[in-house]
Amino acid sequence: MRDLNLLIGLAMGLNLVALGSSRLPSIIRATALQGVLLGIMPLLLEHDFGWQVVAVAVATAIGKGVVIPGLLQRAMRAAHIEREVEPFIGFVPSLLLGAFGTIAALAVARSLPLLPEHAKSLLVPGALASMLTGFVLLIGRVKAISQVCGYLIFENGIYLFGLLLIGSTPLLVEAGVLLDLTVGIFVIGIIVDRIQRAFDSLDTRKLTVLRE
Amino acid sequence: MRELLLVFVPLAGALVAWFWPSDRGRPWLLPAVGAVHLVLSAWLLVQPPTVAPNAWMGFDAVARAVLPVVSLLFFACSIYAVTYLGLRAERENRVFVSVLMLVIGLLSAGHQARHLGVLWIATEGVTLAAVPLLHFNGTPRAFEATWKYLLVGGTGIALSLLGSFCLGYASMHGGGSGDLTFVALAAQGAALSRPWVLIAWVLLLAGYGTKMGLAPMHTWKPDAYGEAPGIVGALLAGGVTTVAFTALLRVRAVVGASGAGAIADRTLLAIGLFSMLVAALFLLGTRNYKRMLAYSSVEHMGILSIGASLGPAGVFAALFHVWSNGLTKGALFLSSANIRRAADSASIDDVRGMSVLTPRSAMIFVAGLFAVTASPPFGPFFSELLVLRAALGAGHYAAVAVFLVCLLFAFFGLSRVVFAVVDGRPRPATVAASRRFVETAGSLVPPALLLGLSLWLGLFTPAVLRESWTAAVAQLFPTP
Repeated sequence: MRDLNLLIGLAMGLNLVALGSSRLPSIIRATALQGVLLGIMPLLLEHDFGWQVVAVAVATAIGKGVVIPGLLQRAMRAAHIEREVEPFIGFVPSLLLGAFGTIAALAVARSLPLLPEHAKSLLVPGALASMLTGFVLLIGRVKAISQVCGYLIFENGIYLFGLLLIGSTPLLVEAGVLLDLTVGIFVIGIIVDRIQRAFDSLDTRKLTVLRE
Repeated sequence: MRELLLVFVPLAGALVAWFWPSDRGRPWLLPAVGAVHLVLSAWLLVQPPTVAPNAWMGFDAVARAVLPVVSLLFFACSIYAVTYLGLRAERENRVFVSVLMLVIGLLSAGHQARHLGVLWIATEGVTLAAVPLLHFNGTPRAFEATWKYLLVGGTGIALSLLGSFCLGYASMHGGGSGDLTFVALAAQGAALSRPWVLIAWVLLLAGYGTKMGLAPMHTWKPDAYGEAPGIVGALLAGGVTTVAFTALLRVRAVVGASGAGAIADRTLLAIGLFSMLVAALFLLGTRNYKRMLAYSSVEHMGILSIGASLGPAGVFAALFHVWSNGLTKGALFLSSANIRRAADSASIDDVRGMSVLTPRSAMIFVAGLFAVTASPPFGPFFSELLVLRAALGAGHYAAVAVFLVCLLFAFFGLSRVVFAVVDGRPRPATVAASRRFVETAGSLVPPALLLGLSLWLGLFTPAVLRESWTAAVAQLFPTP
C-alpha cells in the first residue's frame, strides 16, 4: 500500500508539473511519465495477479506512456507548432488551482464512504486531483495539443478510480475500456493533424465560425 | 441468435464495403444491409426471443420497444444515401459507407446491452465511429464541428465511464460480487451504497446526457448537425440519442431499485425543462435551418427526459415519443438536406423561395414542421399529449405550464425559419445553384416515407407497439 501511495503521490506531483509547464514538450513528457506510473499500479495493487492484470498494466504503460505521447510529438513536429503554451488561465493561477484542488481532493475523499481496504489509499484523492487538473488544462489552454494532454490527464484520473474495481469486475471490461481509450486519443490525434492542414495552426481560438 | 445478427450483419456489411472495389456500387450495400436489419428487427418485435436474466446482451423489452424505430430510420437513410452519394461522386465513399454500417451495428449492440460495461463500450464505439461521418464534407467548418464534437462528446463519454465505475463501487460497497448487469445491480436494491449511487447517477446523467444533447451539455449538437450531411444528422438525432436515452432509462431503473428514484426523477424533470427552455430560446434566434433542427432535437430530448421522470405512465409516453420524434426528425433532416443541396447555403439570409425551386422537398419540410411542433394528427402530438397527461397526473402543474410555453416558443422559432426558407422569391444566385439539383424519387421517397409513418403512428398506433412499450415499462418498473 505504501509503494502504491508513493506512485500516486508522484502522479499527483506530475499534475502540477503539467499545469506549470510553459512548453508543450514538457507537458507531453509529464503526461507520458504519469502514464507509465499508472501502468505499474495494478501490479502493486493485486498481490496474486494473473495474466489479465499484467496485460492491463503493460497495455496501459505502453499506450499512455509511449504510443500516445509519440503521436502527440509527431503531430507537433508535423505541424511546426511553436512550443510555447498560450494559456487562457495563467500558469500561476493554474498552479494555485491545482494545489488547492489537490488539498480539496484529499478532504473530499475522506468524507466519502470507502471500503476499509481503500480508506488508507490515495487512489480516490489522486483520481479527483487528476480529473481536476485535466479539466483546468482542457479549459485553460489554447493549443489543441495541450488540450489533448488535459483530456489524457482527465482520463488518467478516471483510470485511477477504476483501479478500485480491478479486483471485483471482470477484466474483460477493463481491457475493452483501455482499447477504446487509446483509440479515442488516436482519433483525436488524427483530427489535430487535420485541423492543422485546414487552419495552418493549432490555435483553437480560431475555431469560432460556428456560433449563433 | 437472431438478435446477434442485428449487430453482426451490419459489421459484416462494413467489412465488405471496406473491400468493395468501386465507389459507384458500394452505396447499394447500405439499403441491402438496412433491409435485412429492418426485417430482423420487425421479426423480433413481433416474436420476441426469451432473454436469460443474467445475459450481458439480449433483445429484452427495452430494446424491443426502441430498436425497431432506429432500424426503420436507418433503412430510410440508407435509401437516401444511394442518391446522396451519387450526387457526391467527387468524394471517395469507402469510409463513409463502412462507418455508417459500423454505427448501426454498434447502435444495435448498445440498445441490447444489459451490462454497464458493454453499454459503455458500445456508446463509446458509436461516438468515435461518428467522427469520420461528421467531417465527410472536409471543409474547415466541418473540421471545427468535429473538433468540438470530440472534445465535448469525449468528456461526456469519460464522465459516463466514471459514473459506471461509481455504480460498480456502490455495488462492491454493498457486498456485490462484481456482476455489473443491470438485473444484478437492481437485485441488490437498497444494499447499494446510497452516496455512491447518487454520485453515479449525477455522472451518468451528465455523461449520457451529453450524448443525448440535453442542455447545458448540448453545445456540440448545433455545430455537428449544421455541418454534417443530412443522413448523418438524421441518424445522430434519431439513433445515437436514442441509445443514450435507453441507457439513462436502464440506469434510472437501478437507481429506483436502490430507493433513490425520487431524486433521480427530480433531476430528470429539471434538466428536461431546462433543455426545452434553452432550445426554445435559441430557436427564436437562429438563422440557419440545419442548426434549427439541432435545437429542435435538444427540445425533444428535453421532452424525453421529462417523460422519463414521470413514472410508468411518463416512460410509456417517452417511448412513444422516441418513435414519433425519430421518424419526424428523419423526414425533416432528409428534406432539409435536399433544400441545402439545391440552395447551396443553410442560412435564411441567403435562402428563400424554395417552394418554387424544390417544391416537393419544401412541401415535406413544411409538413414536417407541423409534425415536429406537435400538430395533430401526427405522432408527436399524441406522444406529447401523453407526456402532458402523465405530468398532470403527477401534479406537476408548474412544469406543465413551462412545457407549454416552451412548445409555443419553439413553434414560433421553427415556423419563422421554415417559412423564411420556403416563401418569397428566390435570389438569382440560388436559382443558378439549384439547377444542379433535381428532385428525384431517391431523394423524395425516404423523407416522405418517414413523414407518412409519423402520421400513421399518430392515427393508428399499432397494438404491437403499444404492447412493446407496456412490456418495457414493466421491465423498468418491476412490481414487487
